[in-house]
Amino acid sequence: MGCGVTKSNQLQLKPCDRGNISVPAATAMRAALLIQRWYRQYVARLEMRRRCTWNIFQSIEYSGQQDHIKLYNFFGYLMDHFSSANSQRNLVSQMFGESEVFQDAEWERRFCYKDIEVPDVYTGPHLSFPLSISNVTELVHAFKNKQKLHARYVLQLLGKTWTLLRLMPNISHVGTCRHKEITICGDLHGHLEDLLLIFYKNGFPSAETPYVFNGDFVDRGKESIEILLVLFAFLLLYPHNVHLNRGNHEDHIVNLRYGFTKEVLGKYQVHGKMILKLLQKIFSWLPLATVIDQKVLILHGGISDKTDLNVIAKLDRHRFVSALRPLKRKGASAMLKEAALSADGDEEFSAGRRRVQSLSHGTPLRLRQELPRHSVHSESGRTGRSVEEELRERRRLAGLSLSSDSDPAEVLETDADEWKQIVDVLWSDPMSQNGCVPNKVRGGGCYWGPDVTQEVLDRHKLQLLIRSHECKQEGYEFCHNGRVLTIFSASNYYDVGSNRGAYIRLGPDLIPHFKQFQASRSTRELTLRQSVGRTERSALQALRMQLFAHKSALIREFQEYDPQRTGLISVKHWAAAVEKVLRLALPWRVLRSQLVTSSTQDGTLNYHDWVNQLSVIQPNTEIANTSLLETLYKHHSNLESIFRMIDTDHSGLISFEEFRQTWKLLSSHLQTDISDKAISDLAESIDFNKDGSIDINEFMEAFRLVEHSRAEMEVLPSPE
Amino acid sequence: MADKHNAETIITETQKRISSAFEVFDHESNKTVDVREIGTIIRSLGCFPSEADLHDIIAELEEEEPTGFVRYEKFLPTMTKILLERKFRPITEDLLLQAFEVLDQQKKGHLEPEELTRYLTQEGEPFTQEEMDEMLSAAVDPDKNVILYKDFVSMMTFDDTR
Repeated sequence: MGCGVTKSNQLQLKPCDRGNISVPAATAMRAALLIQRWYRQYVARLEMRRRCTWNIFQSIEYSGQQDHIKLYNFFGYLMDHFSSANSQRNLVSQMFGESEVFQDAEWERRFCYKDIEVPDVYTGPHLSFPLSISNVTELVHAFKNKQKLHARYVLQLLGKTWTLLRLMPNISHVGTCRHKEITICGDLHGHLEDLLLIFYKNGFPSAETPYVFNGDFVDRGKESIEILLVLFAFLLLYPHNVHLNRGNHEDHIVNLRYGFTKEVLGKYQVHGKMILKLLQKIFSWLPLATVIDQKVLILHGGISDKTDLNVIAKLDRHRFVSALRPLKRKGASAMLKEAALSADGDEEFSAGRRRVQSLSHGTPLRLRQELPRHSVHSESGRTGRSVEEELRERRRLAGLSLSSDSDPAEVLETDADEWKQIVDVLWSDPMSQNGCVPNKVRGGGCYWGPDVTQEVLDRHKLQLLIRSHECKQEGYEFCHNGRVLTIFSASNYYDVGSNRGAYIRLGPDLIPHFKQFQASRSTRELTLRQSVGRTERSALQALRMQLFAHKSALIREFQEYDPQRTGLISVKHWAAAVEKVLRLALPWRVLRSQLVTSSTQDGTLNYHDWVNQLSVIQPNTEIANTSLLETLYKHHSNLESIFRMIDTDHSGLISFEEFRQTWKLLSSHLQTDISDKAISDLAESIDFNKDGSIDINEFMEAFRLVEHSRAEMEVLPSPE
Repeated sequence: MADKHNAETIITETQKRISSAFEVFDHESNKTVDVREIGTIIRSLGCFPSEADLHDIIAELEEEEPTGFVRYEKFLPTMTKILLERKFRPITEDLLLQAFEVLDQQKKGHLEPEELTRYLTQEGEPFTQEEMDEMLSAAVDPDKNVILYKDFVSMMTFDDTR
């Protein structure tokens, strides 16, 4: 394993020896100056490329998140505004599992591991409770050797974790007491190698080595469940010395899209569903923040101008199973006041770019009216009912689940406030300007400025805010005059060589000390030039896939600039068109030289040729209906999210009818028309299982974009 | 007439290049960049200023009361002038090679890592340890543990054509 930040650990440098410089001083100086000047220019050019690459990955990532929230908002809209006569609404209601409401005791019975037998052939670790250090060490070693923990022990471990978490407050208070240093880690995102690297460098959690893990343990990386099990095991072993904060990815709705759900179902085919359900509970019971010596606040995303730790300390955090959706019980007044997760209040807004706006948030009601109208409305079959009537009906239904001794209106408003506190904590990002505006790039939480940091920290008599949530090239970054510190522990997050991970050691002096690392020997031995090159190639490939997925829209946009249909447009227009269609605010002129390889002698390019050349990327199967195919590529992740939501029994299979419903839902959301015939044709082109169901994984695999090139036979991940 | 048109085109194209480079570091999309990135931006546009040169440029670009940020409105005219006047001309492969040869007093055809480190961290505008380490990692031949500067220069300047 090992860590190394520097690359030249072989050299033995001799001590300085000025007297023996044989080159005349003036000449040596001039030569040195030249070489330094040249080299710094070289490094600057590399830095420019690295920054561009970074922007690409980040734009695509945030745009995907925004997409996801838009989709989810759409479902929310269906749920809130349409009655059960609407078939789509019913489908969504089923997806959200709103029928499954039991008491905790009933859930405990269902989660029981006792009947699960561990067969003799099982070679993985056996756990006995209460856990011992050797048990946990054995578990870590087993995972290092790519073994799997048996479902029985998983459920047992998770059950005990759930019990423990229910005893914990929303905000943990920790003291450094004299000599102890606390270690703080940021996002891990399923990168088990990074967690093991941290343990190797810093030691396992123990009474002498307390840890805080600041959320986002799962999704994206392939070993999310292993990370959770290790963290929970240490939590059970040292409940006073291991502190876990919830992140925005500790959320089953987010997990549907970003890989955790898929990972668990893949690794635990029989018990996966039960494990996921139990994890839902656990996630909602994870504490929201940790405070050290009453001076340092640690939470996952950030704050807003409304953040109030006293409110956060008192709320029932477990009621907020997913931070993406406010509680079901809502009336008109709460809806008006709540800061709804707004993903597209502004027509001119382009994804990936932070636009600073006035301090007033977008009004939720206006947002709701902008959502798609046609097919949803026409299917409601209730031409006479106004929105008001629907709301009254819903409130009536909602009233049945409210406790009778509280004033409904009051309860609803508090719900909205509490929900906002949680969303802000889990989703916000800092910005350099003063103020506090909705975080439209991600779709949740706020952007908050240095003035808000000062006000909130001073109000709570805190001196430092440590948060995570954003990937940083060096693994950490200060902002807001050193009062906000971002810590990120998943190295190579976007791709191999993209960034280092880091963790913090904090002693009683409360001055943070950083340790950086990067997993995988091969990346550390790459020179700057090589690692920049690698990551850049990967980012450009991701970008080309995005471009390919938007082929027809691009051609249409190009033709706007080419009314004579000469087939040629200027480079300037190319950049404008691409930006408009992709809605990724990237420096297209700078990227042009990488993306347009055909010659542009007089500053024009043949756009048909260019678009065709993008089809170096091929789908795995042949399909006739190209526009459906394009929708599929463009909305790959949305489609998969819906599939997984529909697959309520987590079998990985959906029926043809559900398949058809999925496409209908997607087409409502996108306001496009997808005919039944097109859907049937698509379904027929896939191999059905005998019982006429479709395997979700197989389907998504079949349409994954793969680059066919001699040099790179490896399959690249679809951009998320 | 044609000349005037050409001159205008050149200026417009130049300004577009400046704008694109600036954009890459304008994280908040509000036409400002951190002053610490100015060096990178200027260099990425093909200029080879020394640290002293940069120092002067930044002094010109900063506000009366330094905010830590440089505004595009100030950057554009300054940078346009620099590019049109072709200040801070590129260092050619030949010139670079000569510089290495000068340091190779004994004409060995290579330099020891210690030698180069001594020069570059003590003379001129000294490298930081990190800069030195980074250059060495690319320059030192791993088998012979020396810097074959001729090969190094060709390899690095080949990159320029990418």
